[in-house]
Amino acid sequence: MQPHAYRHRHLLGIEGLTPEDISHVLDLADTYVEMNRQAEKKKSLLRGRTLINCFFENSTRTRTSFEVAGKRLGADVINMAVAVSSMRKGETLIDTAMTLNAMHPDVLVVRHPESGAVQLLSEKVDCAVINAGDGSHEHPTQALLDALTIRRRKGKLGGLTVAICGDVLHSRVARSNIWLLNAMGARVRVVAPRTLLPTAVEHLGVEVFHDMAEGLADVDIVMMLRLQQERMHGSFVPSTREYFHFFGLDYDKLKAAKPDALIMHPGPMNRGVEIGSEVADDIDRSLIRQQVEMGVAVRMACLELLARDDPGNGLALK
Amino acid sequence: MSGLRRLFRGARLIDPDSGLDRVGDIIVVGERIAAIGHDIHAEDLGADIEVVECSGLCLAPGLVDMRVQLREPGAEHIESIESGSQAAAAGGVTTMAALPNTEPPVDDVSVVEFLARRAREVRLTKIHTYAAATKGLKGKELTEIGLLAANGAVGFTDGVKAIADALVMRRVLSYARTFDQLVVQHPEEPSLGSAGEVTEGEIATRLGLAGITPAAEVIMVERDLRLVAVTGARYHAAHVSTAAAIEAIRRAKTQGLPVTCDTAPPYFALNETAIGDYRTFAKLSPPLRCEHDRQAVVAALADGTIDAIASDHAPWDQDSKRLPFSSASYGIVGLETLLPLSLELCHNRHMSLIDVLRRLTVAPARILGLGVGRLAAGAPADFVVFDPRAKYRIDTDRLRSKSKNAPFDGRPAQGRVELTVVDGRTIFERAAA
Repeated sequence: MQPHAYRHRHLLGIEGLTPEDISHVLDLADTYVEMNRQAEKKKSLLRGRTLINCFFENSTRTRTSFEVAGKRLGADVINMAVAVSSMRKGETLIDTAMTLNAMHPDVLVVRHPESGAVQLLSEKVDCAVINAGDGSHEHPTQALLDALTIRRRKGKLGGLTVAICGDVLHSRVARSNIWLLNAMGARVRVVAPRTLLPTAVEHLGVEVFHDMAEGLADVDIVMMLRLQQERMHGSFVPSTREYFHFFGLDYDKLKAAKPDALIMHPGPMNRGVEIGSEVADDIDRSLIRQQVEMGVAVRMACLELLARDDPGNGLALK
Repeated sequence: MSGLRRLFRGARLIDPDSGLDRVGDIIVVGERIAAIGHDIHAEDLGADIEVVECSGLCLAPGLVDMRVQLREPGAEHIESIESGSQAAAAGGVTTMAALPNTEPPVDDVSVVEFLARRAREVRLTKIHTYAAATKGLKGKELTEIGLLAANGAVGFTDGVKAIADALVMRRVLSYARTFDQLVVQHPEEPSLGSAGEVTEGEIATRLGLAGITPAAEVIMVERDLRLVAVTGARYHAAHVSTAAAIEAIRRAKTQGLPVTCDTAPPYFALNETAIGDYRTFAKLSPPLRCEHDRQAVVAALADGTIDAIASDHAPWDQDSKRLPFSSASYGIVGLETLLPLSLELCHNRHMSLIDVLRRLTVAPARILGLGVGRLAAGAPADFVVFDPRAKYRIDTDRLRSKSKNAPFDGRPAQGRVELTVVDGRTIFERAAA
C-alpha cells in the first residue's frame, strides 16, 4: 500500500478526513479519469463483490454514477429504491439495514433524507457504507468530485478562493465542500440571503457575504447551489424573480470574480433561478459537465478503497 | 442654483437636527434652502426675490409623518392620495409614509410605482410607502423585499396587522437585514388583541365591552426584541402605548439593539376615559390605555425612548364609525391635528419645543433613511411656518381629509399652521381670517 492509504471502513463524510486521505482518493480517481475515456473501460478489480445502491430519496444522477462506477470495476450492482418499497410498508431503517446485511453485500451506497441516518445504518451492518447524501449533513463524493474537477483544471486546491452561493442552509453539498476545501487549504466563502444561511456557519471556517458582488470579488471558483422549488415562494426567499435578480449567477455578477474564474453546480440546475443559461453553458468557464464525468472516477476510487479485499485497508477504523 | 428666490424673514428658526433656535431668515432658491442667517436685507439680494414676512412665527422643518393610511388604491371614497395630501399640507406635514394595507396591498413593485406616480401627479406633500412584509399581508410568505426596496419602499410592515408567526417574523427580519431594510411592527399579540376592542379594566367592565389585556403589547414587543437580537435587523415598533412595552424598548436600546419606536397623539393626549359613552371615534388599535400608561408615554417621549410621533392617520367614513362600538372600525384621522396635539407636550411643560419638533421631523426622517426633516443650506426646502400663540378650538368639520373621524372636536388648541412649503413651493397657506 501507499504510505497515505485511506484507512477508514466507511465514507460517511468529509469532516474528519485528513488532507492525505483526500489526496489519496483524488490521486486514485485521476487514474480512472483516463481509463473512463478509453473504449475499454472495464476492470475486474471488484469481481464477485456486491454493491447495493440503497436510496431512500429520489436520485437519478448520483445513483447512476455509482452504478456505472461499480460496474466498471466489475462489481455486481443492485439498485434498491427504498423510498417506494419498505419505507412505505413501515419498516424501520434499522430493520432495512439488517435485511440488507443478511444478503452479505460488500458496499452499501446510501442516500437518506434525514441527517445522520446513513451513519446510524452504518453501525448496524458488516460491510462498507458510502454516504450518497444524508439530509442537510454531508455528500462526501460530491465534494470529492468537485475537488477533482478543480484540481485538474487549476492544478491545485490550496490557495484558491471558492465562493459557495445559494441555499447553504439546506445543502449537504455545501457542508462537505466547506470541510474539504478548508482541509486542502482553500479559502471558502458563502454568499446567500440571511434566510438561507445556517446560524454560526462562520464557525465552519467560511467568510460570510450577503451580496454577490462582494462575495464573488476576486474568487477563483464560483460554486452555485440548487434552490429547491418549495423554498422559493416566500418561506425562505420571496420569488424566483427576486432570487435571480440578487443571487442568481449571470455575467454581470460574475464580473466581480477573477477573469478566469470557473463555474460549478452540483446539478440538477434550475436555470433562471440560481444560474442563468448563458453562464451555465459557457464552455470556457462552466465545469458543470466535467463535474459529472469526475463523479464516476471519484466513485470508482472510493469503491476500490472500501471494497477491495486488501488486508492493508484495515477495518480498525469505523 | 437657479429658480424662484424667496426670503422668509424674521421667523423663530427651530432646527432640532442642528440645535438652532433663534430668530433669523431663510433664503430659498428653487427647491433648496440656499442660506440660513439673520439680518438679511432683501435690497441686498436684488429685485427678483419674494419676501415672506414671518415675524412672530416659528419656522421649523416640515413634519415627517411616518405612519398614515391614505386608502388609495381601493377605498378612495374614504381618503385618496389627493385628499390625504391636502390634509397633510394643512397639517404642516411635508413628508409622509403610507401603510401598505390598501386594495390591492402594496406587496408588488407595480403598486409602489403606482403610488409614486400618483404622488407626482398630486405634487403636494412628499409621499413614501411601506411595502407589505408578507404577501397579501397574510403573515405567511415573504414579499420581494429586495426589489420593493430598490423601487422605493421605505420599510416593511403588515400595516395594522402584527406579523404574528414567530418563524415568519424571524425570516422577515433576517431577509430584510440582507438588504438593510427596516421592519415595522404593529405590536399586539393578535390572539389577545382579537379577544376585545378596548383595554380591559374598570371602564371596559362598566361598559360591558370585551377587554384586551394591555400585556398584549409588551408580549409582542418582547418577542420581537428577542428576534431582533437573533437577527440584528432594524426594527421599529409603531404606536407604542403601554409602560411595559416602553420599558422593554428602553432596555433593548440600552443593550444597543437597532430598535426605534413611535407613538401617536391619542396615546399621550387621551386615556381610556375618552371612550365615555361608547364613542366610536375613540376606538383605536391599540386601544386607549389607562392614565398610568398615558403618563409613561409622555415620560418616554421626554426622555427619548420614544423616538418619533406619527399621526397614525386612519380615515374612516361615517358608515364605518356610526355603528355600535363593537362593529365600528378602529382608528382616527390625525394629519391635521398632529402639530397642535404634539405642542401640548410643550405647553404642559413636559418637553421643550425643539424636542417636540425633533420627534416630528428629523427623528422619523432618520428612521426611514430620508434626508429631510432639517433646516440646512443645501437641504430640501421643506418647512412649516406656524403661529405658536394662536388659540382656537379644533373643528373636525373643517378638516380637509375626506373623513372626519376624530375624537378631538372642540378641543382647545394652541399653535396653528400658517404656511407649508415643499421643495420651495407653497403647498398650504392659511386663508386670512
